Amino acid sequence: MNLRSFAAALAVTVALPLGAASAADLEVTHWWTSGGEAAAVAELAKAFDATGNHWVDGAIAGAGSTARPIMVSRITGGDPMAATQFNHGRQAEELVEAGLMRDLTDVATREKWKDIIKPASLLDSCTIDGKIYCAPVNIHSWQWLWLSNAAFKQAGVDVPKNWDEFVAAAPALEKAGIVPLAVGGQAWQAAGAFDVLMVAIAGKDTFQKVFGDKDEEVAAGPEIAKVFKAADDARRMSKGTNVQDWNQATNMVITGKAGGQIMGDWAQGEFQLAGQKAGTDYTCLPGLGVNEVISTGGDAFYFPLLKDEEKSKAQEVLASTLLSPATQVAFNLKKGSLPVRGDVDLAAANDCMKKGLDILAKGNVIQGTDQLLSADSQKQKEDLFSEFFANASMTPEDAQKRFTDIIASAE
Amino acid sequence: MPEIVAFNTIDAGIEPEAEKVQARATQAGPRGRKPRRALSGRNIMIYGTLIVVALYYLLPLYVMIMTSLKGMPEIRLGNIFAPPLEITFEPWVKAWSSACTGLNCDGLSRGFWNSVRITVPSTIVSIAIASINGYALANWRFKGADLFFTILIVGAFIPYQVMIYPIVIVLRELGVYGSLTGLIIVHTIFGMPILTLLFRNYFAGLPEELFKAARVDGAGFWTIYFRIMLPMSMPIFVVAMILQVTGIWNDFLFGVVFTRPEYYPMTVQLNNIVNSVQGVKEYNVNMAATILTGAVPLFVYFVSGRLFVRGIAAGAVKG
Amino acid sequence: MAGHTRGSGRPNQWSRNLNAKFASVPMILTAVVIFLGGTIWTVVYSFTNSKLLPRLSFVGLDQYERLWAAPRWLMSVQNLLIYGFFSLVFSLVIGFVLAALMDQKIRFENTFRTIMLYPFALSFIVTGLVWQWLLNPEFGIQSVVRSLGWTSFAFDPLYNSNIVIYGILIAALWQGTGLVMCLMLAGLRGIDEDIWKATRVDGIPMWKTYLLVIIPMMRGVFITTLVIIASGIVKVYDLVVAQTSGGPGIASEVPAKYVYDYMFQAQNLGQGFAASTMMLVTVAIIIVPWAYLEFGGGRKRA
Repeated sequence: MNLRSFAAALAVTVALPLGAASAADLEVTHWWTSGGEAAAVAELAKAFDATGNHWVDGAIAGAGSTARPIMVSRITGGDPMAATQFNHGRQAEELVEAGLMRDLTDVATREKWKDIIKPASLLDSCTIDGKIYCAPVNIHSWQWLWLSNAAFKQAGVDVPKNWDEFVAAAPALEKAGIVPLAVGGQAWQAAGAFDVLMVAIAGKDTFQKVFGDKDEEVAAGPEIAKVFKAADDARRMSKGTNVQDWNQATNMVITGKAGGQIMGDWAQGEFQLAGQKAGTDYTCLPGLGVNEVISTGGDAFYFPLLKDEEKSKAQEVLASTLLSPATQVAFNLKKGSLPVRGDVDLAAANDCMKKGLDILAKGNVIQGTDQLLSADSQKQKEDLFSEFFANASMTPEDAQKRFTDIIASAE
Repeated sequence: MPEIVAFNTIDAGIEPEAEKVQARATQAGPRGRKPRRALSGRNIMIYGTLIVVALYYLLPLYVMIMTSLKGMPEIRLGNIFAPPLEITFEPWVKAWSSACTGLNCDGLSRGFWNSVRITVPSTIVSIAIASINGYALANWRFKGADLFFTILIVGAFIPYQVMIYPIVIVLRELGVYGSLTGLIIVHTIFGMPILTLLFRNYFAGLPEELFKAARVDGAGFWTIYFRIMLPMSMPIFVVAMILQVTGIWNDFLFGVVFTRPEYYPMTVQLNNIVNSVQGVKEYNVNMAATILTGAVPLFVYFVSGRLFVRGIAAGAVKG
Repeated sequence: MAGHTRGSGRPNQWSRNLNAKFASVPMILTAVVIFLGGTIWTVVYSFTNSKLLPRLSFVGLDQYERLWAAPRWLMSVQNLLIYGFFSLVFSLVIGFVLAALMDQKIRFENTFRTIMLYPFALSFIVTGLVWQWLLNPEFGIQSVVRSLGWTSFAFDPLYNSNIVIYGILIAALWQGTGLVMCLMLAGLRGIDEDIWKATRVDGIPMWKTYLLVIIPMMRGVFITTLVIIASGIVKVYDLVVAQTSGGPGIASEVPAKYVYDYMFQAQNLGQGFAASTMMLVTVAIIIVPWAYLEFGGGRKRA
């Protein structure tokens, strides 16, 4: 760890509350409620409380459907919390435009966020009209294929090293009564799997053209047709999954009832809890083993504009606490995600996490679809892919046509 | 003089109710044809059907209880009907007192009193207002009443999430946004369509002679409501209470949208325990938490069941 | 029928109505400000392109065009019709039969009633999961029956697109019939004991008494129950979310879920409001004429 930056950060966190004269209670809402997540939040709160202020926890589970209307009601109802989690990206844009959120540019400049936050795209998605409105806290990536070593052993084939080998091994798995690819029934899982296939098969540039530039010609073109072909394979391989929740699908991989699952890095926690070891019990392939690229979605905190001056000061303290190296390490180890700054050391990270860190260090990153697309387009995409994965009579060509329409109408 | 008889009964208040029930139980001639032996074919059919139906209702509860008594490794085996190999009460303890939601690791117990503080006044206020509405609509119709009532009934069909933002605006303007009062108002509003309908139709079905007799005796709006309608409508008040206690106790969305964290009901913890998206799911704790949260409405059902008796005055009116 | 109530006209009519009017102020305010006002507000914003926050930037009928072009919405409407029909019929029939059984002066009535009612008390987030398990072919009912020897037995309603909506119905009836039974029972308890005595004296068979005497007398209760069931059907949401999240694919989507998903997850308020407006218009078309006949047309029960 860079000792100097650590000392500097420490100095800031210590110095600010002295300047603020008195402590403030800040209500922070977020949707991290499961065991590991709660432990991670506790790290944030501990660090914030250490500054002399007090973190009042407002946990509300259920990101999109539940927590968000509550947060928006509170903010627009004139009774905002002091800070709230959002996926960074386009979700909070309107609240910012309506002047309800607080500009953090001062804190960000003072603490040189531009230099410390890696990859830079994270800060970009917090930036609207040149001003910074959110503090990113972690990176979650979607591009992972989790494979059950036991399942492949039972089927008598080697554990695949990439997507193509996996597809080739599917018949053997099926013969052994194993579902090759577990895809849970909730819509976001099918849509996420498709995005992962797209980066792996069509590559980073095509991904950026389709989701970043909303280029409908590319979306209708041959590269994406290949992706749909792969999605068609995935659809066939996922037949018989019969579970809803992602973790039930992961459990199928853990118990060897399924060969693999495409899921974000949070799936790792399930393997750990089940006492499985990366390499021996399960295998993780970033970028499906084809294109080692990871997306840098994740979570960020936004700070609604408050009238109370003391609380506003405390908001700055909180923002800088969230990004301090010590908090970053403690939080992300518990959360199983990657830190947003490149200058901290995650010695305790496990194998899969280290692979992720390596890729991150090499700069093989893309922005997550949450950052590139509006929630509306994301939802339409979910509708399309959940239908596609469940309905074998929908041809890849038809699906691509509808996909192109969604991209064409995206803003 | 039926009315006099009726009034006497009603004036005597609700106390004789227990006697009445007893009296009825011992009365000859239950509702079927004639007194019969315990093991008649008819009884076998009735109890047989009820027991089969009860099994259908209880099957999921069985699975829930079994799951809540298992450890997670056993649950992962996926045998949902099997009784636990090793019984553990850990999940129950955890759900009640130590499950963490965010920073607060005191399980469901944290929100319990808040839920009580929300449910009791909301239930009372909403039933009081709706029963008076129903009474006014059934017995004291005034011009335009039916129009408002129709709007109310259509309102019962509005998915209430759609109304969140307009209601935030209304409460903000009233200055009660974020307070317990605001939440009680919201529960009263959303309970009103169904409850008003419930009471209106029930009151309209009561024997009219009672009402007329009271009018002749010079009883007014409130007297008739408290002296006649209320005592005669115990079963429907129980149904209303079942509806409201269940709805309000289990409400989660209004509880968080319209109040602040210090008032968050128990269901916020329940939701946090069972509804996390990307975290590890502890099914045993989820099941225990759900049963624990449902215990209060269940208790209310069971206790209030005593009030499920035949309307007393209805019989009395005929002498 | 201005100001005239049941009973004959009376000199104190004015003050009598004053009381009723005074008592109805909360109802009138709720109906006008919240339900009517909120509906108008929703309809107005359904013509805008509001995203996360309501904004008055009108886009004409765009939201409606998109709505009716969305395969998911069409599927939702179709599902609601199927689910609505069966749910209504089964709830009423099962609820009434159970109530009639409970009304036979049986022992343990309170226990039976509580058992039938308990599903209503439990939050559906988790009971939905239990049904998911019970109906799961690998470890639910199907696997048990198969292990008993009937190996070709197939029962996987939640994972078959063609019948998934019936799978949801099974859990819906489990959750909802207890309340219907209670409503019916309360109605039966409101019926005069003497009616039974009279029919007994006349030697009318019991089923006939129910059909021809009791049910017509319970008209009010039936209407109440019908509205409660129907409003529950139109608003059905958590049952679906907890069991299938609308799947497989979009096979079990329902309109209310479309509304919420687009309002909150997709942050497209305009689209959500357009969908809810369509729902409300349909409901109003059915209810308003009926309500007029039922309440308005001077029906003289009294």
